[in-house]
Parts: sequence; C-alpha cells; structure tokens
Amino acid sequence: MTTTTATHPMAKYLRPGSEVTTFCPGCGDGVIAHSVLRAIDADGADMDDFVFVCGIGCAGWIPSPYFNADTLHTTHGRTLAFATGVKLAKPQTQVVVISGDGDLTAIGGNHLIHAARRDLDLTVICVNNRIYGMTGGQVAPTTPEGVKTATTPYGAEGRPFDLCRLVEAAGASYVARWTTAQPRFITRSVQRGMAHKGFAFIEVMTQCPVQFGKLSGEGSAVHMHEIMADRSVTLRQAEALDPADLPDKWVVGELVGATNVGKD
Amino acid sequence: MPATVIPAEQRLLQGNVACAEGALAAGCSFFAGYPITPATEIAEHLARELPPRDGVFIQMEDEIASVAAIIGASWTGAKVMTATSGPGLSLMQENLGYAVGTETPCVIVDVQRGGPSTGIPAVPSQSDMVQVARGSHGDYETVAFAPSSAQEMFDLTVRAFDTAERLRTPVFLLADAAVGHMREIVTMPAQACAGVNRRVASVADNGAARFLDEQVAPMPLFGRGLKAHVTGSCHDEAGMRNVVDAEALDHYVRRLSGKIRRVRDDLVEVASGDTEDAEIILVGWGLVGRAAQAIATRARQQGQRVGWVRPITVWPFADVELVSLCREAKRVLVLENNMGQMLPYVQAAVGRYSEVDGLSPRILGALHRPTDVLEAMAA
Repeated sequence: MTTTTATHPMAKYLRPGSEVTTFCPGCGDGVIAHSVLRAIDADGADMDDFVFVCGIGCAGWIPSPYFNADTLHTTHGRTLAFATGVKLAKPQTQVVVISGDGDLTAIGGNHLIHAARRDLDLTVICVNNRIYGMTGGQVAPTTPEGVKTATTPYGAEGRPFDLCRLVEAAGASYVARWTTAQPRFITRSVQRGMAHKGFAFIEVMTQCPVQFGKLSGEGSAVHMHEIMADRSVTLRQAEALDPADLPDKWVVGELVGATNVGKD
Repeated sequence: MPATVIPAEQRLLQGNVACAEGALAAGCSFFAGYPITPATEIAEHLARELPPRDGVFIQMEDEIASVAAIIGASWTGAKVMTATSGPGLSLMQENLGYAVGTETPCVIVDVQRGGPSTGIPAVPSQSDMVQVARGSHGDYETVAFAPSSAQEMFDLTVRAFDTAERLRTPVFLLADAAVGHMREIVTMPAQACAGVNRRVASVADNGAARFLDEQVAPMPLFGRGLKAHVTGSCHDEAGMRNVVDAEALDHYVRRLSGKIRRVRDDLVEVASGDTEDAEIILVGWGLVGRAAQAIATRARQQGQRVGWVRPITVWPFADVELVSLCREAKRVLVLENNMGQMLPYVQAAVGRYSEVDGLSPRILGALHRPTDVLEAMAA
C-alpha cells in the first residue's frame, strides 16, 4: 500500500520545521497567515524582498517563525517603530507588519498614530480578536462594552476603539477592514496594501474562541464566524442603515484610499 | 555609507557636536532620536549632516521608538546611533535589552543630567552609571565609555561604533552635561577612521551559527536571502525560539555575557598618573576624573604623594586595573558627581588592600572644589 501526502499550496512559503503551529483550535490566525501568503503568491513576489515585523501576542507568531523570510519579532508594542527603522534604512524592502490589537493599539498606540501620520510605506495587518488571548483573556481597548474578561469581571467599561477611523484621522492613506469570514477579501486588501505607496492599514476581525468566545458568550469558532458574517456590512449598506443600529455592525471593505491603490 | 574623510584640522567644538562628528567619522548612517536636554545638539547636528551624506535622520515620537528604529535599521546593515539623557534612557531600557538579546550593534549616547525623575535638565551629573549596566531586566553585560573632554567625545564615539560592530552589542557613551556642553579644541583625524565593520553571514555558510557565538557570530542581515529569524525571546544559534527549556535560557544568557567577558581586557582602558609611590590615589571618571587629575597634580606640587586614576571604560568595570594601580596605596578616594555609584565597585576590587572611601561634591551637580578634596585627603 502506498500513501501520498498532499502538500499545502502555501507550504513553500513556510519556514522548514515549522509545520506545527502554536495556535489554539479554532483560532483565526491560520486563516490570516493563509490570506497573507495567498497575496504574496498571487503577486508572484519573492519572500526575500520582505521583512515581516511583529510584536508580542498570538498574532506575532503568524510570521515568526512560520514565514520563511526575514522576520523581526520585536518587543511588545514597539512593532511599528522597529518597522520604521527597517523601512527608512532600506526603502526597497517590502516591510509588512502583522500583529495584534493589544500590541499595535494599546501599548503601541502612540507608535500607531505616528506611523500613520508619517504615511510611511508600510503594510500593517492588525489582527483584532478584541481581547488579550495569549495572557489568558484580559480586556483590550477593542473589547466591546460590558464583556466580562479576566480583568473586567464586572464588564468592560468604555467604548472600544474604531481602529480604522483612528488611523484614517491620523493620516493613513489606505485603510480596510475585513473579518476572517472573508479571507479572499483579506488577500485582495493585502495585495493592494503592498502595492500602495504609503501607510496601508488592514484590520482583520478574527475569532478567539478559547478566550473571547468563551468570555463573551459568542461561543465556538463556527458560531463566531457566523456572527462576524452577520455583523459585516459594506459602506453602502451602512449608509442605508439606521445610525442607531450601526454600533452593532462592522463596516467592512476598503474604507480609505481604494482609488489610490497602485499610484505613487 | 563610506566613512567620512575629515581633513586634519583642529576645530573648536562643543562636546555634543564632537560626538556627532565622531559618529560621522565612524560611518554612522542612521540616527533616530527625541529632543532632550542636555543631549539635543547631537540630534540637531546630525539632522543637518546626515541627509547630504545619504544618511537618515528621524525624530521619533519618543525614546522607546528611537531605539526601536535604530535596531531595525541596524538589521539592514546601517551603523546606527541615538542620543538621550537620563529620562530618555529610562524609557529605552526594554529595547536596549532587546538589542543585547538579538546582538544588534548600536551606539547609545547618554549625556547625563541631574535626577531622579525630571530633575534638572542641564546640571551635570554622573548618576546613570549603574543604569546603563543594570537598567534593563535580565542578566547581561554592557560596554560603556566615559569621555572627559570634547576630544574624547569624538574619539570615544568612534571607539563605541567600532566596539558595537565588533561585538554585535549596544555600546554606551556616558558623558555628562558639562562634557556635552563644553567647547574645546578637537583634533580631527587626518584620514577617514579605519572603521570596524560587523561580520555578515552569507547564504553559503548556511548552518553556521548566526547568534550566541562567544567569538561573535556573523550577522544575518535583512535583504540578503538569509531568512533571518530575529527574536528577543530565548533562542538558539540559528535564532530559533526556545521558550520551554531552562537549559536553553542558561545557554542564551551565558553566551551573551561570555561574548563581552572574554574580551574584557581589550575593552578596559584606564588613564592614570603618579600612582607608583602614591599614598593616596584619587579615582574619578568622566569630567570628575579630569578634576581628580588636576587636584592630584596640585597636591604633588605641594609635596604630597598623590596619584590619580580615571577609568575611561566604565563597563566592563576596571577592577583588575584598579587593583594593579592602587594596591600599594594607603587610601583610595573615589570622587564622583553622584552619591557614590562607582564607589561600591572600587571597594569590592581594592578594599582588601587599601582604605576606600568616596567624596561627592559639596553641591551635587557642581564640580568638586579642590580645597574640599585636599581637606578630605588630610582627614
């Protein structure tokens, strides 16, 4: 009897020896890794032209160690400041930042707005699971009001960041939001972000069933996917909605710079 | 960027400008910083001088970002520097540990001011000596040079770059506000500094150590097809993470420290005079070391057997050299413009041979009055 082993079409982009990931069952990070690699594959890009920069937290492990390229796994929150140094010192490098909402927008929030303000040619994929997953389910600046987390046992207070509006106001010239329920759109936005000469920010809403799903009652990965698909509305749909209903929705799509893509 | 050719000349330079010129002479092509008194002139000078040389200057949003940016730039092969003072140095500490752990060459200039906290921005101080060695968490070794003049601001900046490149580690220039702000004649080298360049890994040496070699591994720079894996987590010779085994941590910490310790004799430089027959030896570093020399010389003229020692290398600490120079003296008096940061290290080294005590200036932030030191020696 012979057995054949199927090879994943994106396996050629993975660092040898990193076939087993640390991601929890149901985690969205695999979908995001796949979507980013699909973008590189579709562009026919050379991994040796990239530097992937990431921070501390689950999403930081998407490129490091799994992507077979130069990877800079930085201190918590400082991801964009490190990426700025790489890009300025070697402008021909395609610098792609992949990190979580806690890393990029809480501890790293100052660097986020300044990197957006400079409109430096970086592609930033912000993996937003709305919670601190790696440390065990603590509140993040993206956690919806009222959700009980390990550090908000009486419910999270304050409104979560609207990250796309934040970076738009700070100066980002390409901004998109998708969820892991729309992987092909993530791929397209990553391609556009990489082609865009300026600060490209792609927020990917993702499921963390182990922490957020459990604590919020959104449940399993499958259920969280259904919720994300239901909650997603396009810009045009959002305009037609009663503003009172908007807080329960996520506006997905290319929110800023859709027409500028590919232009210098 | 090739090292800058500077014609042989003598120029009247502010210490901070001499530092910036030293950086250019050493081949610095990337500077990121944040304004802070009394170090800002270094950034201002490089903001003017780097762009015409195809170098990069950027003012970041804070000191945390400044050191992050120079580390990122260093991984593309640039020779990099930042400059700050105590409050900024405090903010940099986590990323300085990252530079140690990832073996990233970089130069950090700390023009010290009075503290703690915001303190007084332009009053000289020597109160960051221990912070540069022990300010970041975890076990590690550091290298720091302490200039006492504008000339040494130039020379030791060059040396800091060469040392950072040779050892793949952050190197500190530990000046104080008065050295940064004083204006003195600086003799510039007739030719470009020879310049040490880091060894760089190549695709052909695949499988060779890229980290954690006590002989200093060649650096797998970005953009060369080397698939560099750079992480501040505990890692092996290939740079791959191991956050499970205590033995891996043991290896990681020992190799990083061992890399510095094995060349400690090459790193440590001490200036001294009149120690051979001295009954009393004045020890001071930086600007205070220069004062110690002047006071010892005056005491000699008055017939007292007084010598002086000025550690130019602050870290690694010059314990062996101090023992050699001071063991025959009855007394060692440590002069510092602080409450006694070097003193315990001198006591630990020399205390078994000589009586060791310390003297702060009458007013912290001012230089020692010679009469106060002479009185203390007579006590």
